[in-house]
Amino acid sequence: MKYAFEKAGESRSFPAGDDFLNGAVGPDQADVVIYSGARFTPDPRKTAILIELGMDCLGDHINEDEPSHANVLGFARYRNGDDSPSRLIELVRHPKAGEAAIAAARDLFAAAGLEVSLCNDQAGRIISRLVVPKYNAALRFLDEGLATQTDMDLTCKLGLGYPDGPIERVVRGGLASYYQVSKDLFDAFGAPAFAPPRRARIAFKQAMAKTDTPKG
Amino acid sequence: MTRAIRTVGVCGAGGTMGAGIALVAARAGFKTISFDMSEGALDKAAKQSVDFLDKSVTRGKLNGDKRDAIVAAMSRTTSIDGLRDCDLVIEAVFEDLSIKRDLLGRLDGACAEDAIFASNTSTLSITEIASGSKHPERVVGMHFCLPAQLMKLIEMSPGILTSEETFRTAWQWTEACGQMPVKTQDKPGFILNALLVPFNNDAIRAVEAGVAEPADIDRAIKAGLGYKMGPLELLDLIGLDTQIRLCEAFYPITLDPRAATPPLLRRMVAAGLLGRKSGRGFFDYQGNAMFGA
Ligand SMILES: NC(=O)c1ccc[n+]([C@@H]2O[C@H](COP(=O)([O-])OP(=O)(O)OC[C@H]3O[C@@H](n4cnc5c(N)ncnc54)[C@H](O)[C@@H]3O)[C@@H](O)[C@H]2O)c1
Repeated sequence: MKYAFEKAGESRSFPAGDDFLNGAVGPDQADVVIYSGARFTPDPRKTAILIELGMDCLGDHINEDEPSHANVLGFARYRNGDDSPSRLIELVRHPKAGEAAIAAARDLFAAAGLEVSLCNDQAGRIISRLVVPKYNAALRFLDEGLATQTDMDLTCKLGLGYPDGPIERVVRGGLASYYQVSKDLFDAFGAPAFAPPRRARIAFKQAMAKTDTPKG
Repeated sequence: MTRAIRTVGVCGAGGTMGAGIALVAARAGFKTISFDMSEGALDKAAKQSVDFLDKSVTRGKLNGDKRDAIVAAMSRTTSIDGLRDCDLVIEAVFEDLSIKRDLLGRLDGACAEDAIFASNTSTLSITEIASGSKHPERVVGMHFCLPAQLMKLIEMSPGILTSEETFRTAWQWTEACGQMPVKTQDKPGFILNALLVPFNNDAIRAVEAGVAEPADIDRAIKAGLGYKMGPLELLDLIGLDTQIRLCEAFYPITLDPRAATPPLLRRMVAAGLLGRKSGRGFFDYQGNAMFGA
């Protein structure tokens, strides 16, 4: 399947140098057009149009009642902050999305060696919605003295077989960017479990202070 | 001076955890006395332990002499007085505060003045369990993971009154067994279950909220985070009824909304969908079909 990659700025899912970018063709020859940062143009003749999402929802970009948007889907390749992208594509559908578009998107990403999970258009999709409350709890436990960071991370690795512990993972991905993810979900859901934890809030403030400092 | 541990007693050794803990102790060279109120359970556990050791020999992980030494180090009793010579007694009886407190009171009478008592509780407070003993300073939390004979992790928790010496001795004993102890406060679920139980509930709520199908959620967690198992597959393995029991243990103490039983979980258990053990939970283990909300 031929795909075009229309981007403005760096794609979080497929950063510069990613092999996937090399396979792209021009939009006219493509069955599927992928938009990353670039403004999307509806085109019902295409098998699928894929909009790369960040913390935004697909509904922020389209009108799901508009028939010409039936072939439009959202997607994001999951990344833990600054870590390199994972093998997971969260493919986002809206209620009136066409099955042919979904099948084409699945095939396209599977052919690139990626795993696809289909989800509905909800804040945080699958992974962020599930991990943020857990990571927030781990960071709170650390503040409360439940255990040391090393012991908490080790417990998750040895007891649950995780490849890394929750705190080392958030710290590695960047606490400041984690703050933003947590805050966006807190704004969307209002549940205390999503409220940005103290350490992330501090990291964010420090990062902001650095960018605000006049140079020279 | 830390107390020398030579003989270890395991209460509830006819059960899943107790049988595994007894193997850990005997394998490390400690004289190990398995105690249970059920003789049948003890017999069954003894047979399973020998089978496990025989398999280890077949797989080349253990030599025949060592196997014989481990078997010789293990004995069993249905009388609490049989634990009189134990330096350390680890309890893994039913997860019920009154049963555990009562057991500790009886251990006070049966064991030496300076014996150490450890509890394998998953959800109860070590301090509350220790209040069943006249010597709460000698009681410590020692939470093994299932299956105890294979998993290295032990969460070690001092209760409010646990002495430093008790904690240190128990900690050193776990290391002598080749286990990997971590220290946690005496809080509901320690580290492991405090993180896992609400996370699993969140996954159930995501199914209920129509975020994605169970298979998509599990695939995302495995591919995105590198976990070996997705939360819904894991819940099916743990048993959905067990997850309700865990929620019912945690929620009243923590009042954490994430620990409250998700309504979908109750509906599934009411429908007899308990996970692997009933043949169907979030996934169907006969036809491989998926169950969605
Ligand atoms: N099963 C797990 O995954 C797991 C993991 C870690 C910790 N735990 C904890 O380990 C403990 C035991 O759990 P289990 O799953 O092995 O239970 P189980 O039901 O398999 O075994 C309990 C055993 O205790 C015996 N028993 C009960 N009351 C007794 C008493 N007063 N005196 C002597 N024997 C008695 C029973 O006959 C039974 O053989 C619980 O505290 C549980 O929370 C369980």
